Amino acid sequence: MAVTLDQTIAQKQHTFLSRLFSTQTFWVVIAVILACIFLSFATDAFATSKNLYNITRNITFVAIVALGMTFVIITGGIDLSVGSVLCLSSMVLAVTMHAGYSIEIGILASIATALAIGAFNGILTAYLGFPPFVVTLGMLSIARSLAMVASNNTVVFQFGPDHDKLLALGGGAWVFGIANPVLYMILLALITGFILRWTKFGRHIFAIGGNEHAATLTGVPVKQIKVAVYMISALSAGIAGIIQTGWLGAVTTNLGTGMELQVIAATVIGGANLAGGVGTAFGAIVGAALIEVIRNSLGLLGINAFWQGTFIGGAILLAVLFDRIRNFRRND
Amino acid sequence: MQQDMGGNRLVAVLELTNISKHFGAIQAVNDVSLSIEPGQVVGLMGDNGAGKSTLVKMIAGNFHPSHGTMRMDDKELILNKPAEARQHGIEIVHQDLALCNNLTAAANVYLGRELRRGVGPFRILDYAAMYKRAGQLFAELKSETRPRDLVKQMSGGQRQAVAIARTMLSQAKIVLMDEPTAAISVRQVAEVLNLIRHLRDQGIAVVLISHRMPDVFDVADRVIVMRRGRKVADKAIASSSPEEVTGLITGAIEQVS
Repeated sequence: MAVTLDQTIAQKQHTFLSRLFSTQTFWVVIAVILACIFLSFATDAFATSKNLYNITRNITFVAIVALGMTFVIITGGIDLSVGSVLCLSSMVLAVTMHAGYSIEIGILASIATALAIGAFNGILTAYLGFPPFVVTLGMLSIARSLAMVASNNTVVFQFGPDHDKLLALGGGAWVFGIANPVLYMILLALITGFILRWTKFGRHIFAIGGNEHAATLTGVPVKQIKVAVYMISALSAGIAGIIQTGWLGAVTTNLGTGMELQVIAATVIGGANLAGGVGTAFGAIVGAALIEVIRNSLGLLGINAFWQGTFIGGAILLAVLFDRIRNFRRND
Repeated sequence: MQQDMGGNRLVAVLELTNISKHFGAIQAVNDVSLSIEPGQVVGLMGDNGAGKSTLVKMIAGNFHPSHGTMRMDDKELILNKPAEARQHGIEIVHQDLALCNNLTAAANVYLGRELRRGVGPFRILDYAAMYKRAGQLFAELKSETRPRDLVKQMSGGQRQAVAIARTMLSQAKIVLMDEPTAAISVRQVAEVLNLIRHLRDQGIAVVLISHRMPDVFDVADRVIVMRRGRKVADKAIASSSPEEVTGLITGAIEQVS
């Protein structure tokens, strides 16, 4: 039987199902669903609308930052400064509004701060060849210190004339009773997914993570793209910071402490590879969801909160173990 | 200039005149002149450090020559960076192939020149068109490579086909191939040599840099041998022999005209 050119072109390596089963993200989704089913039978408190509202909203802050982190991780980089950038952006917003400026100016200042920090991280990494681990580790320290300087290390909880607008932005539920942060998360996830799958920029991000040398040789603007991904990462931290400020109604200088580890954990659990070249928007959300479900369930099941780190750490290792097993099989 | 069998004069696609390149006191390429005609496969041979790579890197736009001129289609050729070489129709297949394992064959073929559809800023990747064209190129190359397959899972020969298909996207006039058969199996070598013949049949000039005598004698029309930065031989394959070329490479034979 002759094979026509069209058949060859249409030929896929795997069927839809076999491809689905081979992704780490799929198994993490299954884990989240099983955990939810188990918890709704094992506890009375899990499947209540109040608890689900809390869970979905708690997922969002880590998830939004994880979306930005996904860009960086796909290029093979890392951004350790996101927790501190989140804090600094919140603080810039809070201090600006506290001084009597409108919410628009506050958000603008906050976003501009985040983008400037992202550009700094990116330029040092791409043009001066600093390892991203070192650059963003330095920024982790700098950004938090700047937040302390900006606020004189006080708690800001009065946001000037637009106080109520800010609280509604982060704490409201404008559509179908879904918490606003969840809506922002879904919107940002759709945008991220679109960029990664359908744009030239997204394609080049994967190329850089796959083989940076090859990307350079084929004329991909590697340096500019690297700067852009660190700006996107910082921007996502800034956006999460603004939303979290509106939700909490107060900003302290320890906001987002240690968040970078949760965010990186979420992306890795969701299937991104720290070596670069692999990652999805959906994976980042699912990874964040699994972490939050673990945290929530430990509380509901009455397990000492000190065990939280062990379970989350275990989830990271388990998720990557699946990936290793698949690789071993492939290499046989 | 050479003459083809009908006695017509062939216009050289690329002509190098008295090209030299030195790095400080080191004379990497010394007063080399050569011309390459369309549809010709030229084997470029020489030991490590003979100046092959330096010569190729000047044609590829990585280095400026210290002396001498390059002409393409009878116009002076000055290249400041590799992208300019590509604009002039000079394509390079790098020794490591410059492929991204995590992307599909089609994505690799189009890397850096992705096709898009839509208007203005709302332009999205045109997957269908890229799969189609890449599939046609692989079919032209008589390769079994499939556009949607990930490069990660491909054999050495298929990977070569992807890298070579890349050179066929635009109207290449000359393709430089750096050791394309160095690290692949015997069956795949035959596949790659067929790919080279295919390029030649389309009127593309191919410069094949290789250490492997059988490959050069199998596919090339002409062989150029370099030793210590100088061109020591430039003759038709038919009038040479592997023994002679080996002697030229090692220096046992000084020079032939």
